[in-house]
Amino acid sequence: MEPFTVHLDNFAGPLDLLLHLIKKNEVEITDIPIAEITAQYLAVIDVLQTLNLDMAGEFLLMAATLLHIKSRMLLPQAVDDGGEEIDEEDPRAELVRRLLEYQKYKEAAIRLDQLPQLHRELFVRAAPAPEVLEGGEGEFAAIGLYDLLQALQHLLRERPAQMVHDVYSEQLSVADRINQILTALQGEQSLSFSELFATQKTRHEVIVTFLAMLELVKMRLVHLLQSQRFGTIWLTPAVQEQLLPGDAESDEESLGYA
Amino acid sequence: MPDLKPLVEALLFGADGPLRLERLAEVVEAECSTVAAVLQVLAADYAGQPRGFFLQEVAGGYQLRTRPEYADYLRRLGRTRAFKFSRPALETLAIIAYRQPVTRTEIEYLRGVDSGSVLKTLLDKHLVRILGKKDVPGKPAIYGTTREFLELFGIPDLAALPTLKEFSELAADPETDEGSAVLPAEEPGA
Repeated sequence: MEPFTVHLDNFAGPLDLLLHLIKKNEVEITDIPIAEITAQYLAVIDVLQTLNLDMAGEFLLMAATLLHIKSRMLLPQAVDDGGEEIDEEDPRAELVRRLLEYQKYKEAAIRLDQLPQLHRELFVRAAPAPEVLEGGEGEFAAIGLYDLLQALQHLLRERPAQMVHDVYSEQLSVADRINQILTALQGEQSLSFSELFATQKTRHEVIVTFLAMLELVKMRLVHLLQSQRFGTIWLTPAVQEQLLPGDAESDEESLGYA
Repeated sequence: MPDLKPLVEALLFGADGPLRLERLAEVVEAECSTVAAVLQVLAADYAGQPRGFFLQEVAGGYQLRTRPEYADYLRRLGRTRAFKFSRPALETLAIIAYRQPVTRTEIEYLRGVDSGSVLKTLLDKHLVRILGKKDVPGKPAIYGTTREFLELFGIPDLAALPTLKEFSELAADPETDEGSAVLPAEEPGA
């Protein structure tokens, strides 16, 4: 068999490609040799894929449909209790209907294109300038809702939504946040973890605050304490700690070490 | 009362689009049947004489249009550009023309491919429009053709679309000799 030279552009879709293959093989559309046609269809698809063409999903869907029909054709006819064959519809029937229906509109499209077309075969006098036109009474027809919506859509398209993004860098720095935390801790026994983050709206702020907290611990200005596992985490000023010696046992692993 | 024949001719010449029979009758203050007869005489005159134009019944009205055999020269004059339809566009347009009102799903089932972008192009070119919503779940939009569609293809009204051929078997591959300009078979203005 000669190799296929197929350009996807030449086919309006999988039905079109299938029609082409059926005609090429000169077989009856009502009795498509499904195995043969499927093989050829898949070969075309294969070529298209090796060419690395961006193949429309519909072509693959049709391949699946063909394989499904082929498998149904291979199955023995179902039999009822009496051993009679159940008269099932030919698995190809729906595909044949679709192909014939598609062919009908394909032909209609071709004939439509053969009609003498305005601005292609036929020309009309250019319309007079709009100012000359007055009213044109009697030519009005009630406008439908969808026409009105279309008009609106047109207006909106002419005025695209202004996509303005104000881009500014976040001013909050870790250093600023450290000072804020220290201020907040002044005169306080402690500050809970949730209080600390309560005012932080953005992810960025949360991260800056978290870094500031770690920095404070590193600078040994703050201790992080927890009374129980999963309990509230408290920030306590390290100065207070010094006033109450012997409280928290030194634990090198803990962030609360003094 | 002035002679209707040159008067109607003048109106057809001066109009900026197809003129409906009722509108013509209103302007010249005559019966529709009288004007219709005048239109027939004019159409026959143009068809019988060596003229550069003919009278075409289109989109519910009448319009003077240049004869297709002079298309090349008019294109050279080049004031307008013809739509160059792709095959998917023509197929979609044909389906909508013959099956309207029709939903996108129905179009896509018939064509076997996604038709969203083609449909959008046709809407943008005002060749199809949304007629409304179908009263089924999801309320899909239903599409139909426009007056511009009839004007473009020189069709008097939807009933005058070329009849759809029913197939029970494969059709022979039609030759698509592009640009074959034939005068419409029907007598214009008949």
